[in-house]
Order: sequence, then C-alpha cells, then structure tokens
Amino acid sequence: MRNRQLSRAPLLQAAFEPRIVAFFCNWCTYLAADLAGTSRMKYAPNVRVIRLMCSGRVDPQFVLDAFAQGADGVLIGGCHPGDCHYQEGNYKTLRRYHLLKCVLRQMGIEEERFRLEWISAAEGDRVRSVINDMVEKVRALGPLQLDAETEDIREEVAVC
Amino acid sequence: MLATKPRIAFYWCSSCGGCDETVVDLAEGLLDVIAAVEIVFWPVALDFKRKDVEAMPDGSITATFLNGAVRTTEQEEMARLLRSKSELLVAFGSCSHLGGIPGLANLFDRESILRTVYLESPSTVNPESVLPVTSHHDDGHTVVLPGFHNTVRTLDQIVDVDYYVPGCPPPPRILRTALQTLLGGDLPAKGTVFAPDCALCDECPRKDTKPETLSIAEFKRTQDLIIDEQTCLLAQGLVCMGPATRSGCEAACIRGNMPCTGCCGPTSRVRDQGAKILSCLASLVESKEDAEIDRVLNTIPDPVGTFYRYGLPGSFLRRKRSNEVQASM
Ligand code: SF4
Ligand code: SF4
Ligand code: FES
Repeated sequence: MRNRQLSRAPLLQAAFEPRIVAFFCNWCTYLAADLAGTSRMKYAPNVRVIRLMCSGRVDPQFVLDAFAQGADGVLIGGCHPGDCHYQEGNYKTLRRYHLLKCVLRQMGIEEERFRLEWISAAEGDRVRSVINDMVEKVRALGPLQLDAETEDIREEVAVC
Repeated sequence: MLATKPRIAFYWCSSCGGCDETVVDLAEGLLDVIAAVEIVFWPVALDFKRKDVEAMPDGSITATFLNGAVRTTEQEEMARLLRSKSELLVAFGSCSHLGGIPGLANLFDRESILRTVYLESPSTVNPESVLPVTSHHDDGHTVVLPGFHNTVRTLDQIVDVDYYVPGCPPPPRILRTALQTLLGGDLPAKGTVFAPDCALCDECPRKDTKPETLSIAEFKRTQDLIIDEQTCLLAQGLVCMGPATRSGCEAACIRGNMPCTGCCGPTSRVRDQGAKILSCLASLVESKEDAEIDRVLNTIPDPVGTFYRYGLPGSFLRRKRSNEVQASM
C-alpha cells in the first residue's frame, strides 16, 4: 500500500548537487522568481519550484513527503507579514514552520534544510540570494537521502 | 460440520497483549464468535504451535487478525507465514496498523537500545557486558534467538495487508463489526479501515463546546489543571488529538475526561496524522512574533512523542535518521 517507487539518489559524494523543493506563493515569491528569470539573474539550478496560491496552503505533510522522497532541503516562500492575499495565511505558515522545525530536530534533520522566507513580487534579487545561500548551506551538510535510507530499511528485511 | 466453519487465527508480534484482551472483551459476544468460527491459532489462549500453522495448506485460514508491530526476525517470519496461510490478513490494533507505542523506538537505533537495556540501565547487572546474540554454542548445544532489526515496522511494510482494525486496543465494538463484515462475505474494498471515516470530534460528546475560533496562549498538561468535564479539551488548552484522529471509539478517553492521544490513526484522506495535528495546533497560536510563537509551542514538551504516539513507523519519516541517532547519544 505504501510501496512508493523510490529512486536512489546519485551516490557520488563528490558530485553532490542538493535537491531543494520550494513552495512559492502565487502572489509574491513566485512572481519574484519570475522576475528573477525575466531579469536574467543567475542562481543555483537546484530548486524545483511548486506554485501554490498562498504559503498557508503548505500542508506540513507536503514538507515531510518532500524529505521522505529524497529532497535535501525544503524552502517556503510567502508574502511579507501583513501582505498575504488571504490575510492570515502566512501567519499560519509561520506558526506551523516553528512547530515543524521542532519535529524535524527531533527526527535528526538539520535546521538549515528547512527554511521560510518572505519575498515580495519586487524582490527578484532576494530569490537569488536566498536560493544561493540555501544551496550552499545544504551542500555543506551533504545529502539527506531519506529515500535511500527507506530503501536500506527495506533491504534490512529482505536479507534476513 | 466443523470443517465448514470459517477458520480464524489471532497472532501477536511486538505488542502488549491489550489487543488480545479486546477479543476477550467481546464478552458474551465471544461465545457467538466461537460458535460461528473455528479458531485455528491463538497463542495467548490456545495451545497451537508454529508447526501446526506450517502444516496448514496455503490460504486455508479464512482470516488472520495480527496485532503488534514487527521488530524481530521471528515476528517477520510469522507475518510472512500467516500471510501465505490466510485468505485475508487483518492488521489488528495500532501497532500493526501504524507502528503503535513500540514504534516510538524508531527514535533510537538497535545499538543504543541494546546498550541501554543490557549495559547502562541502573537496574542492570552485567559485569561481563554480555549482549544478546542470534546463535550461541555451548557444550555441544546451540541456542538461537531471533534477530533484532534496527527499525520497527508496520505490518503492511512487511506483507500485503487486506484490512485494518484501528485502536490501542481496538474497541470491541469495532472488532465485532469487522468480524461480522468479514464473515458476512460482502467484503469491503481492500485497504478498508474498519471505523467511520471522519474525525473523532464528530462523535465527541463535547463537540458543541468546541469554539468556532480558538486561540491558545499556553498548552497545558493534564496535571496542570482541574479538567472541566463538559468543555472541549482543546478549548481548555489540552493537546487533544481528536481533530486529527479517526472516530470509532465513541470518544472513550474524552468520556473519561482525558484528551484523545490519537490511537485510531488518521482518516483516509490523511497520510501523516502527526503532520495534521501539528498543522491544527500551531495555527491556534495567537501571536505573530517568532519569540512568542516559540514560547507557546515550547509548552508542548515532546512534539514527536505526542503527535506520533501511535504512528511513527507509518509516518512519512518513519524513523529518526540513523546517523543522527549515533551523533546525539
Ligand atoms: S478536540 Fe477533543 S474534546 Fe474537543 S471536540 Fe474534538 S475530540 Fe472532543
Ligand atoms: S479517544 Fe483517542 S486515544 Fe482514546 S480510544 Fe479514542 S482514538 Fe484512542
Ligand atoms: S497569499 Fe502570499 S502568503 Fe498568503
């Protein structure tokens, strides 16, 4: 029932490229990423962006699922406090982010792998600096590879 | 004729015995069950052995109710054996459904558990530092013990599971429904959890006192206050898992004036119960300032142990990262 198809992350440590899943709000951070693109800013290509209507739509399940499926980091981008189109969405995200960080800490996942940033539609340059900074920090930590760990858990049983 | 009756087996893996108690708690209903079926294997109550199961033809057990999580090689072998001998395999109770209380051991690894239990606990006397081994030779004899896996698993992480009976232990009423449904022959879709597919709040006698909007300035533990017997426990600042837990127990704990701890697992639309209650509780915090949010959230002392009390192995993350277990010891 839960046998998700998992692919092993590239094993070569030297060639490690972090895979970061980014959930961006449609009204601000996604537009900022768009702006960064149309302004031809260069930033690390390690981020897979998922557009949501509001950062408040980020169900904590999405974050855990991304890690479980092999993400090395998860980034949430939303409107600045007070600017959320749905008024309270980003505050809910902020509170969930704090509690989710406690859970991730208990589960042995480093703090730098999970990040929340407020980036308005005009801040294309901030998209660049945040992504570059996060990619470097996650690169320094090395791969998380929970998908491979799950595979190992499975193999432990298969061999016995 | 006996042989035409449905053949039922009960088995236990990593569990406390509470699920077998549920079978006994069918009370007079148990006599009806015994009249309607032939119990072919039930180690807690009847003297059948593993070799009796091995001698049965494949698929000859109508349904096996297996409780307990899977930790050892022996439990794993029994799960596989009973799977092949049974037409239907039912994960019975929280531990086999989602990992249960024994699943919290996934916050540790095999080495640290063995070290704590056999070497370091204050009540241990083990001057030669003997650790369990799977096979030991002495004086021409060999003694064997099951292997101890690094990770606790749910039953469906080992073998194909047809149905689930939730609860720690499952309420006898749910077991009765499950038995009636399975023996009635009109089988529900594979993967069905035998309990209503809505949140516990829905059947909670206090649901009318649960406010439309709620904000919490401090989470309380049951010893911190005199709990009002009428009002929604969440509204009193207690961590009640009701909003993220499947109904079916008739709110047994709430009726005992204690918050729900989540034993019936999530509804079918939710994959990770802990993430859902996290989402719910965090958004009840009133503040918009980081420091104040942290202060309020820090009043929940053990988030993983609270939100995943019965479901860590079945959750997205399944266990604490192994290399991190070592680093933090
Ligand atoms: S939160 Fe708990 S006490 Fe309140 S209605 Fe839901 S189950 Fe009942
Ligand atoms: S109230 Fe919650 S913890 Fe208690 S029996 Fe029901 S589901 Fe389980
Ligand atoms: S709309 Fe951007 S965070 Fe809510």
